[in-house]
Amino acid sequence: MSLSNQSKNIHLLSRAGFGFAAKDYSFINSHSPKKLLEEISINTSPDFLDRASQESKDIAKELLAMKGMEKTMMNEQGDTKKDIRRDFRRQSNEDIRQLSIAWMDIMVNDKAQLREKVALFWHGHFACRDANIFFTQQLLHIIRSNALGNFGDMLKSVSKSAAMLGFLNNQQNRKQHPNENFAREVMELFTLGRGHYTEQDIKEAARAFTGWNFERNGDFVMKKNVHDDGEKTIFGKTGNFNGDDVLNMLLENKQTARYIVTKLYKFFVNDTDIDQGKIELLANSFYKSNYDIGALMKTIFLSDWFYDPKNVGCKIKSPVELLVNIRRLLPMQLEKPDIQLVFTRGLGQELFHPPNVAGWPGGKNWIDSSSLMIRLVIPRLIQDDTEFQLAVKTDDDTMMGNYMKEMRKTMLNNNRYKIKATIDWITVNKVFENTKRENLMNDIQLYLVNKQNNTNTQKVVESIVDNSSREAFIKSGTIGWMSTPEFQMG
Amino acid sequence: MLIKRKDFIVTGSLASASLMMPKFLKAFTNTPQQLVPKGNKVLVVLQLSGGNDGLNTVIPYRNDLYYKNRPNLAINKNDAVGLTDDIGLHPELAALANLYQEGNMSILNNVGYPNPDRSHFRSMDIWHTAANSNEYLTTGWLGRYLDAQCKGCDKPTQALELDDILSLSMKGELDKAIAFKDANRLYNTSQAKYFKALDAAHHQEHAAAPVDYLYKTMTETISSADYIFKQSKLCPAKGDYPKGDLGNSFRTIASLILSDINTKVYYVSLGSFDTHVGQQDKQKRLFKDMNTAIEAFTKDMKINNRFEDVLLMTFSEFGRRVAANASGGTDHGTANNMFMIGGGLKQKGILNPMPDLSDLQDGDLKYTTDFKNVYATVLQNWLGADYKTILGKEYELMKFV
Repeated sequence: MSLSNQSKNIHLLSRAGFGFAAKDYSFINSHSPKKLLEEISINTSPDFLDRASQESKDIAKELLAMKGMEKTMMNEQGDTKKDIRRDFRRQSNEDIRQLSIAWMDIMVNDKAQLREKVALFWHGHFACRDANIFFTQQLLHIIRSNALGNFGDMLKSVSKSAAMLGFLNNQQNRKQHPNENFAREVMELFTLGRGHYTEQDIKEAARAFTGWNFERNGDFVMKKNVHDDGEKTIFGKTGNFNGDDVLNMLLENKQTARYIVTKLYKFFVNDTDIDQGKIELLANSFYKSNYDIGALMKTIFLSDWFYDPKNVGCKIKSPVELLVNIRRLLPMQLEKPDIQLVFTRGLGQELFHPPNVAGWPGGKNWIDSSSLMIRLVIPRLIQDDTEFQLAVKTDDDTMMGNYMKEMRKTMLNNNRYKIKATIDWITVNKVFENTKRENLMNDIQLYLVNKQNNTNTQKVVESIVDNSSREAFIKSGTIGWMSTPEFQMG
Repeated sequence: MLIKRKDFIVTGSLASASLMMPKFLKAFTNTPQQLVPKGNKVLVVLQLSGGNDGLNTVIPYRNDLYYKNRPNLAINKNDAVGLTDDIGLHPELAALANLYQEGNMSILNNVGYPNPDRSHFRSMDIWHTAANSNEYLTTGWLGRYLDAQCKGCDKPTQALELDDILSLSMKGELDKAIAFKDANRLYNTSQAKYFKALDAAHHQEHAAAPVDYLYKTMTETISSADYIFKQSKLCPAKGDYPKGDLGNSFRTIASLILSDINTKVYYVSLGSFDTHVGQQDKQKRLFKDMNTAIEAFTKDMKINNRFEDVLLMTFSEFGRRVAANASGGTDHGTANNMFMIGGGLKQKGILNPMPDLSDLQDGDLKYTTDFKNVYATVLQNWLGADYKTILGKEYELMKFV
């Protein structure tokens, strides 16, 4: 059974982007998947996303101006200068929250859907937490500008970013006391995967990365005085290798292509039914292309097997994917955009705060009884302006025990919230302007969960639909479908 | 989640629904203690989120180095609640001191792990998953206990967390615990007519589909919510619990322990103990809450003859630095103490030496007990599980239970 053109397009949008958007409904019918892919594959370099507040900039300037002497004093005696650092942390944390909202807005609205979706993949792959807004923005920009570019270039830029070097403790990686963290994660999580290197490779590679550090303004610096320029033996080769040499060796190893392709396949195609044959073929061409990500994505999305029914609707949307998808389907104005962060955190995917350097595990890990119930009631909460109660867990790394202060802006009181959204139903109604009344339920089902046959779930949605007018039908049918387990899949 | 919408709300009052349960009627005729046979052991984990300052919790009030390191933050001997000649508890922990004197509380010092991480999130991740510090696991230790124990069991209510969001420690590969803050709220959300109808409709569909996992979770949530709700009404705990989240959670836990629910593990968090600034007031406030909640809870357990089968264990992702900082607080540290509370302790008192403040690593305490040994002991000796399948390695068992 092969899919209809519409169905293929909806599937493509849910994987190569953040799902079907109400405003783009005409594409679904008129374009072929190939044409649609071209539309969403714009790969111009993205604008630098800057959400650093003036306050952060001012404090950062002050901190940068401090001389080495003051820095040591700061450590010993603390007080005023330490407070400046604390102020910076606090402001920076707030800016990072605004950055994640800004990025989600881009995911909702930007035409370059593929770039942003792939960037979200890399954001989980090169998982990193940094309390500094400037370093965080810098890493995000590296990821977004290289999302569809060359994997090797991205790997090198990420490895030299202040955020990642700091997160993986490479400032402490010195000739006399090597710190293996950076070398280990680069191999285990960014390139080869477990089991394709020895402990000795890590030890020796760590020596090659000694001295890789960053300036206080975030610029990469190679500190020669702590770099170990002696002979190392890595992957059976001996030489006076430096960090760049190690990264090149990792890229020369085809296992890197295989590891990256497997992760991409699980993210973009299917995470439970994995076709090893396809992965091997894709890895070959990815390796031959010298790690051209854009070309790889194109191969995947243009292949017939991508549209095999077993690959359709088989992935559980991540919390960010879910919220962005809802906003694309139901264009809306949020009175307090920060409310989105209550859900991303509550559902377990706060941007810029991956659980650890291994990123979000995804799949079934998103779902437990409470996260599922929250997911199922979100559409209703958006539509009805009802008050709801949800105590999200605190994150002391970024909030330093000041959780309430930060959340109070969106909170009514005592963990109670209201979403307060104005949905643009006129745009939603336009999606169905050519649909006959008797086909409305089928079309809503198609656009929302990409199913065409008459399902049992459809009967349940039908039982709660408001038949008083066409608009009311669309509204209640849409919210009803969005409140189903099927809608969690994409 | 609270939701007020016609289609999403159960019809009929909650009271009438629970009256239909035969167990509910049974509660009128039986005394509560007869509901549960002896030997049905339960574990209650109390997580002190944010990194509790262990040195101001179990206070070495004869140690000069303690006072030297914390000129304005150390607690005086006169203020502390004495346990021994050398050691006392934080002034707000009087009820815990009583439990200690009765032989119902043990203290384990210097618990930690090799290569400690000072990030809250990562260190909590390590405690939750029972991983080494260079290892990343996606399941929690109690979740894996569920996987091991709950194979083929009919209700996934063996582990419950009193929270709106489920912790990683409670997520297994096959099974996940259920999180709720309020049994009524869980009931109201999950029993919505719409969800029940969706659930029923899916049962009629036979073809296996990827969405099945979500429906399975939905089915379990609906039936568990109903079960938990009814059990929580069977023998409501009568103790004097403090107002607020922690008190409510302990009241619910007590009520459920007194019912005949199949739950073996309860999990609850208190925080934030991240006291970089103004530690004294913050820790005091949190301990006051903790002290009264535990007091009411242990009293309820004793009155109802359940105390011997209850083990309450506290932990925090790390302790704090030995030296105070300049803002009346302390920064992130490493090893920390744990409390073991219950009527069934085999080893009482202070189980191992207090931290050696003259032997520090970069200003931090050195751990002497790996927390994974504690987990192994609790899993094996208390919950009767095979700790090796759950933790994946061999650990020497301790003797406190």
